[in-house]
Amino acid sequence: MTRNLIGWLQALPLAFVLAGFLVAPVAMIGMVSFWGSTEFSIYPAFQFENYRYLFSSAVTWKVFFATFKYAAITWALTLSIGFPVAFFLAFHVRSQTLQVALFLVCTIPFWTSNIIRMISWIPFLGRNGIANKTLIDWGVIDQPLEWLLYSDFSVILAFVHLYTLFMVVPIFNTMMRIDRSLLEAARDAGASGYQTLVHVILPLTKPGIMIGTIFVVTLVMGDFITVRFMSGSQRANVGRLISNDIALLQYPSAAATAVVLLVTVLMVIGILLRFVNIRKEL
Amino acid sequence: MRTGHDLELVHVTKRYGETVAVRDVSHVFTPGSYVCLLGPSGCGKSTTLRMIAGHENVSDGQIVLDGIDVSRRAPAKRGTAMMFQSYALFPHLNVRDNVAFSLRMKGIDKPARHAKANALLELVHMTDYADRLPAQLSGGQQQRVALARALVTEPKVLLLDEPLSALDPFLRIRMRAELKRLQRELGITFLHVTHGQDEALALADEVVVMNNAVIEQAGPAREVFNHPRTEFVARFMGGHNVITQGGGKVALRADDVKIDGKGLAATVTTVEYQGAVVSVTATTETGEDVLALVPEEQFFNAPKSPGDAVKLAWDEGRLHRLQA
Repeated sequence: MTRNLIGWLQALPLAFVLAGFLVAPVAMIGMVSFWGSTEFSIYPAFQFENYRYLFSSAVTWKVFFATFKYAAITWALTLSIGFPVAFFLAFHVRSQTLQVALFLVCTIPFWTSNIIRMISWIPFLGRNGIANKTLIDWGVIDQPLEWLLYSDFSVILAFVHLYTLFMVVPIFNTMMRIDRSLLEAARDAGASGYQTLVHVILPLTKPGIMIGTIFVVTLVMGDFITVRFMSGSQRANVGRLISNDIALLQYPSAAATAVVLLVTVLMVIGILLRFVNIRKEL
Repeated sequence: MRTGHDLELVHVTKRYGETVAVRDVSHVFTPGSYVCLLGPSGCGKSTTLRMIAGHENVSDGQIVLDGIDVSRRAPAKRGTAMMFQSYALFPHLNVRDNVAFSLRMKGIDKPARHAKANALLELVHMTDYADRLPAQLSGGQQQRVALARALVTEPKVLLLDEPLSALDPFLRIRMRAELKRLQRELGITFLHVTHGQDEALALADEVVVMNNAVIEQAGPAREVFNHPRTEFVARFMGGHNVITQGGGKVALRADDVKIDGKGLAATVTTVEYQGAVVSVTATTETGEDVLALVPEEQFFNAPKSPGDAVKLAWDEGRLHRLQA
């Protein structure tokens, strides 16, 4: 009985922290999402007006679609870059020192703040930026490319730049746990390098891919600053919808959008977890 | 006699930078037999096996199987198959798919490869477990699956890298009987790496003792045990005393040593009861340790304790001169 009690007491501090800083705010957002608002005031209520408005607006659907689009494209690109990088680090780099060194190279994008990193893209991608100048000098193009900056392209570029590491780390981690004798066993059974990759390494790396996917998808779906900066405020995602509402002091509407976004992201993660069991990776 | 399926090492050397793991080893393995490659850790036995399997390149020399030099071929193109120490079963595939893996790599269609896999699972008595994942099997069961997976390629030589070391002692004895049975049924060469001399003696038709990157002695189990060529072999095989006599070393089986009223004076240092026999270690006046294995009943007729003075005797004809 006392042991039981001690156990509960030990769990108590964390429970308080989570209750105060996670459960309560989310509950608060949920509550406010049912409140009413006018142009100049908000008032406690229990009405579905915010949700009704949200689901009836064409903008919502468009913006949610754009959010999914960013998430999907960013996911595909971070995976197709992250997997080979992790594969190279895990299976081709034999010395541990070099492995650590190359890993640090991967973290270079994180040596400066997100804002500075994004701003530094602007002189590179702008109409008269380095990229356009170089391409014109090489004679590849005659006119500057307009879509390099303030476009979906630049938004996704920034996302990929930012989040590829979140794909590399969990995949690398899973790959390092693959017993090297399995690769020998595959070779012994006559598997080519490609067959080993497809039939052994890929299935065993799935949990890592899934964890990386969850990182990237949740980060991209919750982002608003990258979209705003890199699209020059010309593109929108759900995060920007919420931030605009907050800027206009429309808290109930912002809360309703946030709840819908939260539910959407949880559903996506729920679906992902049905495919792969990541429990043994944690 | 040289027959078809024989495996031969021709001046095989393996170097890792400056270190030599296997030094100029030449040997013809008795075809269709159970061969144990025996030696202490770091003696080069595992490297030798891995070179035969194709998982290590030879630095020099050839590996000849069936009259063909296979030393530059891919592992799967040699006619060998390997069973790994930790079994190396694919954790994401069920037992049947594990066994059928190499057939799948060859592009054999599903019904055919499943039929073949089922046949092999029957051979190792694992039919009931075909749909389980490796994590749901015990060590002994995993080993049977690994065995079936290696045999599915119909190898001429099966290479086993310390296959019993991960099992508990009781299971180890059962599995080694199983290995021996399979080898008899299949009639192919099993090349089994081990550091346990009891395992080698129990299993092997031919024992190959390695030490310091070379083969110290090779031959039938009984011959290696009874006629060790070198001091190392005598000591490693166990059950032997190595005594200096007339300027040279001689081996004497511990069970040939008698504790009698007459003979060489010595003092008992340790007594260990081992069931059927009692092992008595005594130090002679020249400071040499001599081990005597005395049948239990005989010992307890005249028990000895550490510190007792005894006389050690043996039949001079049982002494065996060592070459080195």
